[in-house]
Amino acid sequence: MTDADSNADPPENDGQQFDRLPATADERVVPGRPTREEVVQWWDQRFGVPPETWDGHTFWEKGNGKIWAFAADVVSPIAVEGLGLRILRARQEHWKPSTNAVQRFCRDATENVVVLDGDEAACFARGDDQELPRWDGDWGYVVAAHEIAGDVEPIGVGLYLHGELRSTVPKGRREDLE
Amino acid sequence: MQPLERYASLVDDFDAFRAACERPLPSVVRVNTLKASIERAREALNAEGVAYEATDWHPGVLRLDERGPGTSWPYFHGWLHGQEEVSALPALALDPQPGEVVWDAAAAPGSKTTQLADLMDDEGVLVGNDNNLGRLSALRHNAERLGITNLVVTNQDARNFSFKPFGDRTDDAKRIEAFDKALVDAPCSCEGTIRKNPDALDRWSMTHVESVAGIQKGILRRAIQATKPGGTVVYSTCTFAPEENEAVLDHVLDEGDCEMREWDAPDGFETDPGVTEWDGETYDPSVELAHRVYPHRNDTGGFFCAKLEVTA
Ligand SMILES: C[S@@+](CC[C@H](N)C(=O)[O-])C[C@H]1O[C@@H](n2cnc3c(N)ncnc32)[C@H](O)[C@@H]1O
Repeated sequence: MTDADSNADPPENDGQQFDRLPATADERVVPGRPTREEVVQWWDQRFGVPPETWDGHTFWEKGNGKIWAFAADVVSPIAVEGLGLRILRARQEHWKPSTNAVQRFCRDATENVVVLDGDEAACFARGDDQELPRWDGDWGYVVAAHEIAGDVEPIGVGLYLHGELRSTVPKGRREDLE
Repeated sequence: MQPLERYASLVDDFDAFRAACERPLPSVVRVNTLKASIERAREALNAEGVAYEATDWHPGVLRLDERGPGTSWPYFHGWLHGQEEVSALPALALDPQPGEVVWDAAAAPGSKTTQLADLMDDEGVLVGNDNNLGRLSALRHNAERLGITNLVVTNQDARNFSFKPFGDRTDDAKRIEAFDKALVDAPCSCEGTIRKNPDALDRWSMTHVESVAGIQKGILRRAIQATKPGGTVVYSTCTFAPEENEAVLDHVLDEGDCEMREWDAPDGFETDPGVTEWDGETYDPSVELAHRVYPHRNDTGGFFCAKLEVTA
């Protein structure tokens, strides 16, 4: 018996490259790595994003728990600077979606969407936290949205806790839109 | 302005050219149709009272009455991207299709990359490369704001671009070993940006023109090698110097693996043909098919754009 691999430590996530997510838990090799199935289910359960939304995308991990969606497929692993859009921070108790993913993929979200009025939306885009007692949905990460040009459009990711809506719009995306 | 005097013999109505170079440039935005239709983006601008006028040649390229697109809801949503009007030409010339494998060799900060992604409908593989890591972070920021998901970002010297990260010379079915199309929006002496950056010519020198021409030849040569036979390569700069434009084309045409192709600029956009003689040199006659854009013709920045087909 000279199977070296069976004695080696389990493979670890390598922050310098992108690795394709395993389809399901049976195919998981790197401990702790989320599966494609889990990611698709998470968006569906948390925001009601239909699973078929992701049919054309592959999912990748680079950096600890940073999950990316890419519109095609390439070799795995791949050592490049960027691969599609960073959609999610996993490997933590509460997974956190990215502002850019919510803007792109949560237009048809049906769950945990907080629709803001004009002043509330401006406050959110500035990166400011606000009291929002009227929300009686779940606590945790929500999609903040508003109405523009005839339709509801996601603005970004809010964190709703204790009657307060916190804005997680990253510094480089904040804007004063009053 | 001084260096531009050397082009007096190339440009009709040089006084109008000179006067245009001294006027500031209007602020222009392009609608990102990956996130909103042109109609919806325009409706949102109207609702916010942002005044604009569509260009004569493209309903999604809008000239704003006031400077700076930064602060409006449609911009925040990634429906708009600030991009100089002339800079929209090369992606139209390349005409990438959904599903193709496309290289943007000198991509940062990504005005043209993001336009290529839009034209590809965010499908296929778009490789955005730049050798400057700082500028690459601006490219990533722009691409993410616009919701692009088909972009692979690489940090290589385009002159020796390697497909190694993409699994070349392996038997992996997902490997990439060549591109269908490539854009070389080359580093240049930037003479044509004088309207945007009045100090653009402060450090102009013939030595710089010559050294940057060497880099341009290296990048364009690699783009031609890395593109499949029958594929398209577009070469563009924002400068007037024939040393950086027609002479660079002449250099790669001479190596024999590509040919110039005709491309019509959009209706309503006026350009001048490439020059075949300059400063005692003569160039391959087909470089006439390239487009020179002078600032006084369409009230834009200066530009150069040529379309090549790879033959071997
Ligand atoms: C004209 S700018 C590109 C503008 C960009 N295409 C856009 O539309 O936003 C030229 C770029 O070439 C890059 N560059 C210069 N030398 C290079 C090389 N050898 N390999 C790759 N990129 C290079 C510069 O860092 C710069 O970002």
